Formats: sequence, structure tokens, C-alpha cells
Amino acid sequence: MIFRKVGEEDMTSRKCMAMLLAGGAGKRLGILTRDMAKPAVPFGGKFRIIDFTLSNCTNSGIYAVGVLTQYQPLILNSHIGTGIPWDLDRKNGGVSILPPYVLKGEKGKWYKGTANAIFQNIYFIERYNPEYVLVISGDHIYKMDYSLMMEFHEEKGADVTIAVIEVPWGEASRFGIMNTGENGSVIEFEEKPSKPRSNMASMGVYIFCWSTLKKYLYKDDDNSKSSNDFGKDIIPMMLKEKCRMFAYPFDGYWKDVGTIESLWEANMDLLSDDPALDLYDRNWRIYSVNSNLPPHFMGASAHVHRSMVNEGCMIFGTIHHSVLFTGVHVGEGSDIRDSIIMSNVKIGRNVKIKKAIIGEGAIIEDNCQIVSDAKKPEIILLKGDITIPVNSVVKSTIVSIRDLQVSGEEQNMA
Amino acid sequence: MKNVMGIINVSRRDELLRDLTSLRCIASVPFGGRYRLIDFVLSSMVNSGIYNVGVFTLNKYRSLMDHLGFGKEWDLNRKRDGLFILPPPIHYPLGYYRGDLQNFFSHIDYFHRSKQEYVIITGSNIVCNINFNEAFRFHQETEADITVFYKEIEREEEVFAQCRRIEVGENSRVLDMEDKPGRLNSNKVLIEIFIMKKSLFIKIIEDSNKLEYANLIRDGLIRNMNRLNMYGFHYTGYLGIINSVTNYFKHSMDLLKREVWQELFYKPGLIYTKVKDEPPTKYLDLARVTNSLISNGCLIEGRVENSILSRGVKVHQGAYIKNSIVMQRDVIGKNAIIENTILDKEVFVSEGKELIGDTKQPLLMSKKSMI
Repeated sequence: MIFRKVGEEDMTSRKCMAMLLAGGAGKRLGILTRDMAKPAVPFGGKFRIIDFTLSNCTNSGIYAVGVLTQYQPLILNSHIGTGIPWDLDRKNGGVSILPPYVLKGEKGKWYKGTANAIFQNIYFIERYNPEYVLVISGDHIYKMDYSLMMEFHEEKGADVTIAVIEVPWGEASRFGIMNTGENGSVIEFEEKPSKPRSNMASMGVYIFCWSTLKKYLYKDDDNSKSSNDFGKDIIPMMLKEKCRMFAYPFDGYWKDVGTIESLWEANMDLLSDDPALDLYDRNWRIYSVNSNLPPHFMGASAHVHRSMVNEGCMIFGTIHHSVLFTGVHVGEGSDIRDSIIMSNVKIGRNVKIKKAIIGEGAIIEDNCQIVSDAKKPEIILLKGDITIPVNSVVKSTIVSIRDLQVSGEEQNMA
Repeated sequence: MKNVMGIINVSRRDELLRDLTSLRCIASVPFGGRYRLIDFVLSSMVNSGIYNVGVFTLNKYRSLMDHLGFGKEWDLNRKRDGLFILPPPIHYPLGYYRGDLQNFFSHIDYFHRSKQEYVIITGSNIVCNINFNEAFRFHQETEADITVFYKEIEREEEVFAQCRRIEVGENSRVLDMEDKPGRLNSNKVLIEIFIMKKSLFIKIIEDSNKLEYANLIRDGLIRNMNRLNMYGFHYTGYLGIINSVTNYFKHSMDLLKREVWQELFYKPGLIYTKVKDEPPTKYLDLARVTNSLISNGCLIEGRVENSILSRGVKVHQGAYIKNSIVMQRDVIGKNAIIENTILDKEVFVSEGKELIGDTKQPLLMSKKSMI
């Protein structure tokens, strides 16, 4: 019995399981996603983006989570491990990492689209035989109680419920927009409409009745022209065939950190007096892998304001309006502003950094300047595990050490 | 170190730390912002490759058990061996409990069942970071019956005034050991860490039980001074033996010296503790924090100087904390002044209040006080 159904006796927690899409390449995040999938991108001084959805599952009482990986899964896999930080190491359920696989007698298939990724794991879902399947994406930062959405879904007797959030009208054409009737039922779904008729955007959070979803997954797979995507194919098809589809309005913080700018902004958002995303709520903790480092040390010459600093840091310089991950060292006389410094970055003395994202493990030696001189400065991105030698001047993004030598020569010529 | 088991002996005198131990045993007294005292010996054992650790508790062990859990953080949630928390049997008649050997005797089966041939027995109030492999090698090379840890101090320090001393000869033989501090004029401070064969340890426990002896150091070691080969192993790293509020305060303040925290927290291994999943600490515009150790989850709007903040502390605008230890979830109200003070967990200091202790005699506010 390979496809034994597990945990049948425990109906309450097994009523709903989650399928978390974590294969996104996050192309617009540049070198940040060169070695890791977008859900693994570090955020908020401690977390990786996927921690938010995984913690939402735990906090909502969903203890069976399948994580679909595809693009650069190494860091993601080691981060998730057996799910201990999210209390998802369970006998029944827990977290399962689901990469694409090869079927007997066939060639291996990559996950072609979001729907195809679920389709290829129908047997995995069948083992739990849930009533409902929650489909979420590991790319988004938000805190949401899925159990409330479940209640809504049941109340409405829906086939599918889609969480929606109000976005500014001006940005509505960047999203999948839901046009709803009076009772909250979805009448129309438009993917990135040029003239949006509503500003309720899909958050990429769906609850399906499993039996219905399964039917449409098979149907979608039969259609060779389909791109096998939830937003582009499954949802429009279900609408066309008059499935009961409802929009669940969500009014908290939700962000798709698709670009360097939005990632930087989302980090800076945390530094405001009363951030919309409250990380300090003890009733809704965001769990992550803990590095087990000592408290951070503020030296006698440290000046730190409007910033977040994690464990294991050693600060002797000035930090203003920045986010520091674990184990960052900042030497005396250094000045860091409007920046995100990822784990284990070592910064020497008298270094100036402004509006930059410094990748994990980078070493910046004494007297370096990482400041853009453009009038409207762009965010400078520095690849991780790179060493910037003493007295270097960096004015733009550095992908490899060769970039630096080029700009260094320019510097000498000037 | 597969062949060595670790014993942490928690059953010591709680009353020494006054209000800090009114609800907890010494082993679970918070230290260094995010740790508890037991973390130091326990992490040292794990980092040295010891995977069978028994923690012998005596009383007020709820917070200790909560802290240790199944030993996950120390990688001790194992099928084979792992962490064993061994509370005392309930049937001691009142006042009959006389010492740790009695407690070991009541769990003698644990020693018999464990497969390891050697034991390392430690106290639970020792602040240190030790690689036991070196000491174990020393134990085997000297063919000692018992290896005793000690630290040589250069000058008489107040913090070690209440600690036992030993005399060690040139060949590292232990010549003398005192039961109560004061008799020996030696600069060698006894650390309550011993290595011996498990069979010898069992024999000491069983013999003592017959003779109604009860104390490991007095009856097990000192009485056997002439019969057993005892060698002294010199531990050279940072050492604190926490046995009073003043020396707790002094050792805590030592952590603010760069050379101390760099060594104690990192070398030879990391110190593990229960994780709390707190977000990073947030500093607001008026924060001014210098020469301090700050744990995660704090929100700081005021001034902090030469102090240690545990996880989840709130320091409001205009508040000023100086030379103090502020524990988990304390709230320091606007313009409050805290100096030379130890605030136990969940203390609330309201707006404008002043708490000023003496450098020698810090003020101690007990858990959940409202000021």
C-alpha cells in the first residue's frame, strides 16, 4: 500500500491541508535569487520570505503542508529541514518537500505551471484525502489566519474561495483583479487588466474543495494548450463552468516582494513607528530557523537608531534606518544608512554604506565607500561571499568581483 | 566521547541567590541575556560530543524542565541516550534529605543502564565554556581515579571568596581539598566538575548509602583523598561560580568586556539555549545604547548603558538604564531611571520611577514586581 491514507482518524486538523508553491525563480530580484528560490530570500533581519506562509499555516492550525520546489531548492530545503521551527515535524502530516519527479516509463517532467505542480502531486494529496486544499505561494509576506477564510468558505458553500486585497487603483492593472457581485461571489476574473473595473486583487491564496479541484486539474491537464496555471487557466475555467467562487476580503499587510525595490521597501516598512506588519505580536509569531547566537553587542562608540538588529551582531559604528541580520560586524567610524545587511557580513572601520543590500557573508574592508553618486540613487546590490578590498569605491551593483575591478580602474583613471 | 556520560547536579543550595531563586533553582537562573546558567555546562558537554546527559534536580524545577524540554536545542532528543531529567523521589521524609549522593542513589538504575564507561559530573551554577575532550585525555594519561577541575586565580578576587580551594602538587596530584572555604590558603579554586569511571562513581554512591554519607564532595571525594588517585585539571577559560547575588551581578557585568563575551559565547563552541522566536530588536530615533548586550525582541526608545537586556524588553522614551540586568519582558516606563539593579522577569517600572542600587550591592526586584 504505497498510497495509504494517513491520519484519517484525526478529522479536525486533517480537514484542510496546504500546498505551498515555492518554486518561483524571482527573476526580477537579480543576484539575490541566483543561488536560491524567491521564497528563500532573507527578509526582516531574521526571516526568509517563506517563513511567513509556513508560520501562517502553523498559527492557523494547518499541520499538513506540501512545499513544491523546483528552482534552486538547496537553501530552501536546508532551511525547511524537517519543519521543526514551525512545529511541522509531525507523525501525521507535517511538512513535505515535493520536487518534480520521474514516472516509470516516462521522461521526467518539470512543473509546467502552478496548477501542474499540484496536478503532479495529486497522489500526495490523496494520501490525506482532505476536504479542502489551501493553495498558497511562498513568495508573499503577510500574516493571515487561514482558518477564518476556511469558515467563510464553508459558510458560503463555495467550490473555491480566493483571498483578495484592496490595492491602489493606479496599481490595479498589475494584479489579477476580481469583479464581485453583492454577495461576494466572483463574477469575473481579469489577469492584469488594462482598464480595471475593481481594485480587489487576488493574493494568490485559494481554498478549493478537493473533489472539485481534482476534477478541474484533470480537465486542465487534458487541454494541451493550457499553460497549467491557476490564475490563467484553472480559475477562468471554473468561472466559465459556473463553479461557486467567492472572494474573501483581507485587510492586513500583504506584499509581493517581486523586485529589489519592493524588497528594500518592505524591509524599510518595518522600521516605521507602527508598521502595518507587526512582527512583535506574540499571538502570531513568525517562526524561523534560529541561529543560536549570543545577544548582539553595542560597543561604546555605537550609535543605532531607527533600525533592527539581530543576534550575534557586534556594532561599533553608526547605524541609521537599516536592517541587520545575524552575526553582522560593524567597525568603528563606519556609517550605514538606509541599507539591508544580511547575515554574517563583516564591515571594517570607516566604511560608508548608503541605500544598499549587502549579500550574506560579504566582507567589506576598511575605508570602503558603497554609495551611489547618482541624483536619484538606485539600490546598490552586493553579491554575498564577496570581499571588497580596502579603500574601494562602489557606486553600483556588484555581481562578481570583476565588476569591482572595472569600476576601480575607472576610479584610478579619474 | 561516546564512552562518557554527563551528569549535571542541580541539587544545590538555592537560598544563596535570594529572590532570583524564589521560584526557580540556580540552574535556571537567567544569565547573559538569553541564557540560563545550566546552558553553559550542558552546551559544553554537547559540544564535546557527550550525548547522554542526566540532570538531577531537587526542587523548584518547573522552570528548568520548561527550559530543557526534550533537549531539542541541545540536540539531545535522541532515541539512543539523550537528555534525562531526574527529579528526586517523593518519599524523602521531611528534613531527611541530606545530600546529593542520596539523590544519585535513588536513580542508581540510570547509571547501571547507561552504556558509557565514564562519567563527567558537574554542578549547574558554573559559567564556563569547556571542551571536555582535552580533560578526558588528561584523565586517561594520568590514569587518575578522579580528575578534578580547578582554576588558578592570579589575585584574590571577591567573586571566588565563597568557593572551595584545593592544593595541587607539581605532578598535578590533588594534595588537599577543603569542604568549607577558608581553611586552605591556595589560589586554586575548585570547580565542581569531576571525571571518573562510572563503576567508581557507582561504588562511591553505594558505599555512601550504606554508611549514610550524603555529600559527593565531602564524603565521596574528601574522605577518599588518600585512597584514590586524584588529579587536578587546570581550566584556563573564563569561569564564574554563581553563589551569591553580588557575584552573579559581577559575573554578568564581566560579559560586557569584549574579551569575555567573545570567548565565553563562542569558544570552543556555541552556547545553546531554548529559542523564543523573537524578531530582531528594534531601535527607534531616540535610542542611545552603548556597551551593552541586547537580546532579540526588544523595543528601545531610551538610553541603555553598560547593561544586559534579555529578550522582549521594552525601554520607553527618556528611560535610562545603567549598569543593570534587565530580564525577559520587563517594561521600563518613560523617564524611569534604573541603575545598579537586577530586574527579574516581567517587572513593570512605571513612568518616572527611580531604582538605584549600589555597585557593590545591586538592587534586586523579584519577578512580576510592579513599581
